[in-house]
Amino acid sequence: MSKKYDAGVKEYRDTYWTPDYVPLDTDILACFKCTGQEGVPREEVAAAVAAESSTGTWSTVWSELLTDLEFYKGRAYRIEDVPADPESFYAFVAYPLDLFEEGSITNVLTSLVGNVFGFKALRHLRLEDIRFPLAFIKTCMGPPNGIAVERDRMNKYGRPLLGCTIKPKLGLSGKNYGRVVYECLRGGLDFTKDDENINSQPFQRWQDRFDFVAEAVRTAEQETGERKGHYLNCTAATPEEMYARAEHAKQLGMPIIMHDYITGGFTANTGLAKWCRRNGMLLHIHRAMHAVIDRHPKHGIHFRVLAKCLRLSGGDHLHTGTVVGKLEGDRQTTLGFIDQLRESYVPEDRTRGNFFDQDWASMPGVFAVASGGIHVWHMPALVTIFGDDSVLQFGGGTHGHPWGSAAGAAANRVALEACVKARNAGRELEKESRDILTEAAKSSPELAIALDTWKEIKFEFDTIDKLDL
Amino acid sequence: MPFSSVVDYQTVATLETFGFLPAMTQEEIYEQIAYVIAQGWTPCIEHVHPSASMRNYWSLWKLPFFGEAELGAIVAELEACHRAYPDHHVRLTGYDAYTQTQGTAFVVFEGRA
Repeated sequence: MSKKYDAGVKEYRDTYWTPDYVPLDTDILACFKCTGQEGVPREEVAAAVAAESSTGTWSTVWSELLTDLEFYKGRAYRIEDVPADPESFYAFVAYPLDLFEEGSITNVLTSLVGNVFGFKALRHLRLEDIRFPLAFIKTCMGPPNGIAVERDRMNKYGRPLLGCTIKPKLGLSGKNYGRVVYECLRGGLDFTKDDENINSQPFQRWQDRFDFVAEAVRTAEQETGERKGHYLNCTAATPEEMYARAEHAKQLGMPIIMHDYITGGFTANTGLAKWCRRNGMLLHIHRAMHAVIDRHPKHGIHFRVLAKCLRLSGGDHLHTGTVVGKLEGDRQTTLGFIDQLRESYVPEDRTRGNFFDQDWASMPGVFAVASGGIHVWHMPALVTIFGDDSVLQFGGGTHGHPWGSAAGAAANRVALEACVKARNAGRELEKESRDILTEAAKSSPELAIALDTWKEIKFEFDTIDKLDL
Repeated sequence: MPFSSVVDYQTVATLETFGFLPAMTQEEIYEQIAYVIAQGWTPCIEHVHPSASMRNYWSLWKLPFFGEAELGAIVAELEACHRAYPDHHVRLTGYDAYTQTQGTAFVVFEGRA
């Protein structure tokens, strides 16, 4: 006998709170930090989140009897206290795989962080983590190339890569901009980067920039004998324009392009990543707008989720913060999502903010990019925190050198290599940082001046978003 | 700013990792080789004439030294390669079979152009 239609409003928990449910290996699992309105029971809040992010509507509707909602519904299956926070709790929700389109991060986010975030029964809601099942991961292409391929193509082994953003970030003509690129690369950087604000403005149209930068890259390669690249920012107003810029970068023989994946959007990003795989182009990913979404400890989406989504959508580099520089970022949390970018399997570890075991199967890894307010004195800590599979980017710390960008680049390269050499020889970088850098400066006047220039600069503000432990 | 205090930076041709450090002492080179072995990577020696240093493929010296854990043996092979090709760059690479790329690569003897 089929079900009867019973119009009206039911409590969400009658249908969507299922504490006995054992999640399937193929389910997409999510952990939300929930802060409900006063007086609403936790189970009702958790069930409401599960309902509103899956099959539920506020009222029972006749047409739901035409399908088997028991099969399609999301299920809140566990509730946990948030340590040292009595007003919030964690709700764990399992979603059946069939709720989502294959290979579409856009679709996953539209469901999981759609209407539910504006839901009135909630004061705040934060998506802390998603466990993507292998069955979903295998439908995503992921990074166009990955860490191993990039190392082979760029001939960079045994150390972090070194980069910097071209400054001033706005206002340079194409030719003057290419000059700064050339100075940095001849000084010893592996990469330079378009600032995220640089797209194609009246003072510098993209084609002019691309053409001058290409000459700068080629000249620096010829003179130094090393492989070089510049992240040519292809972020544009329309996908058509984005692809036109990517094609031109390829025709110039450049190795790498760049995209802003949150402002540009996941659909654009996934498309560009696929283009990069087809065309043998590396893809650097910037994350403008992320702090709007991820900085509030009780509302929004944690960056570890955005990082996981990027690995699935596709990118070879992703900005992760620096821990030590001018931008927000707790050390353990950062280590946690760096693992999500680079490792093939990441176990649940609450001390790093990872709520689930996450198997990445054979998906390529993404370089972690540390950029923002860092200088040579930070080098030992950066090498320790980020390890070799990272790109360390010093903007002000390169161009701000008293002798110019080339000397600044050389100072950073000497400091980086001195740290790697010391680490390999078994020295403790963070403890011995002063000695290691001072020794290296004896043979590098560029480094000596850099150490003197930035000796007093620190960014010691307390982190706003900390792990709840 | 007095420009008399600004030093002109001259571009240098370098050979990637450790290219910006002064030539390593024998002791320091041994430390780096020991690191390669301790990582479980397979040491391998390659050489090339300086005019061709930007190629992906340098000539392989013998075979990668699979399973070799003796520092002295690797040092002896590096020196033998250098003696056989005194004009060539000689570099040590560490093959990482897990990541399927090189864990490191650095030039031990610089050739003469």
